[in-house]
Amino acid sequence: MDRSATRLINILVGNQENDAVIEMHFPAAQMVFENECIFALGGADFDPALDGTPIDNWKPIHAERGAELKFRRKISGNRCYLAVAGGFSVEAWLGSSSTNLAAKAGGYLGRSLEIGDRIALNSTGRSDRAANVRISPSLLPRYSQFPTLRITVGAEYDMLDPKSRETLLGERFVVTGDSDRMGFRMDGSPLSITAPLELLSTAVNYGTIQLLPSGQIVVLMADHQTTGGYPRLAHVIETDLPVLAQLGSGDGIAFELVEQAEAEGLREAFEREVSRFRTACIYGL
Amino acid sequence: MPELKYPRIFQLGDSAVTVEFGDKISEATNLRALALAEQFEKRPFAGYIESVPAYSSTTVFYDPLEVRKANPNVRTAAQAVQAAVEGALPNLTVSDAISSEPTAIPVNFSAEYGLDLENLAIACTLKVNELISIFTERIYRVYMIGFLPGFAYMGEVDERIAAPRLATPRLRVPAGSVGIAGRQTGIYPLDSPGGWQIIGRTDIPMFRPGDREPCYLKAGDRVRFVPNA
Repeated sequence: MDRSATRLINILVGNQENDAVIEMHFPAAQMVFENECIFALGGADFDPALDGTPIDNWKPIHAERGAELKFRRKISGNRCYLAVAGGFSVEAWLGSSSTNLAAKAGGYLGRSLEIGDRIALNSTGRSDRAANVRISPSLLPRYSQFPTLRITVGAEYDMLDPKSRETLLGERFVVTGDSDRMGFRMDGSPLSITAPLELLSTAVNYGTIQLLPSGQIVVLMADHQTTGGYPRLAHVIETDLPVLAQLGSGDGIAFELVEQAEAEGLREAFEREVSRFRTACIYGL
Repeated sequence: MPELKYPRIFQLGDSAVTVEFGDKISEATNLRALALAEQFEKRPFAGYIESVPAYSSTTVFYDPLEVRKANPNVRTAAQAVQAAVEGALPNLTVSDAISSEPTAIPVNFSAEYGLDLENLAIACTLKVNELISIFTERIYRVYMIGFLPGFAYMGEVDERIAAPRLATPRLRVPAGSVGIAGRQTGIYPLDSPGGWQIIGRTDIPMFRPGDREPCYLKAGDRVRFVPNA
């Protein structure tokens, strides 16, 4: 869900940016490193501790053989990620290491991890990674429980009546408990539109904001269906998707409309910074 | 509502452009959608990722950074891709070749599997076996794959048995269930929630994760349903 977190922690441990990571909700797993390794955590802060000593997110950390990783309480965010140097040894499926729970495929045996699972790591042949690499705070997503997310217009945005447009851009929408990796169902003042409420199905995207017949909106997330037939009001810009991905039930969102050029400019600036960070990590700067 | 002009081209977020060729289910617009997807698959532009054709649209996914690199003088990647799409439209090679033999899909229409068969027959003032023969005498076209991995949207179902969606969707429709929604028919590839009216079930897996081409059907295929019980 939080693609920035997974990229950044993979860079921290010297991996490819799209190497497999473990995504955890709270309460999270308690794990034992059966071999010495370097790992990094990022995304949500679940108050992690290694053998009882508190550790930080966003830093490469050295685990001795037999070390125990625990997460003690939920401090902020909803999804914490674990990357290990060398990566987890899982079979790629359709060019990805991700798990598709509905199709029971990909990742580790196509399912969620269970107590007793042992996950093999790819060996790296190096363990000098826990250098003093620091991540610049400006690289980290602006996590918040009540964020303002920037959006660009969707195909049916113009067909919202003026009052609904004001509502969309002026009021807060709350993430409901009816939310999962496919989509966040939001609760807010109902919106109305002059377009038909159901259209011929077309492709949809991560971050697409659809209007349901009830007048409520749903924001599509990482495991979204490939196509959908509800009006497309707007799209959360890619730069803000990690912030969205860390929300949980009860958190509230405000939306701010931006131009496509601004959305692309933000993404390019972020990528430039990621690439500087990658270089710094490689040369141990 | 304002009159829309087709083809209609719009952004689908920061990384995709959609072209809609119309707002009705028709073989002609579906063929254009498939042709556009095919064209980009054969001759991708720098930064192209993939195309997702649907009933009457194709969505082109791309990497905005790669597109910008290749088009430094265009203000946004979005504009560059929209221009590439517009440029491709006049030269679409629309194939009208009908794929040889329709794929036969055996379906068990017994009451145990056809969860809504009896109610639907009553609503249509037909006998169950009449409904089955109206359904099975047609050859259906696969218009698109969507919703779930391997879910083929097929049409068009005879008007006499066009069934509305259930008012309350089922929480679990078993994999293999054959359903009707309006003039569409489809097969649930996986256990999933769903609101289509279920008339039977097939044993043929529609989604095979281990295969190179995991989806059993693809857009443009033709399908015939054969009663097997």
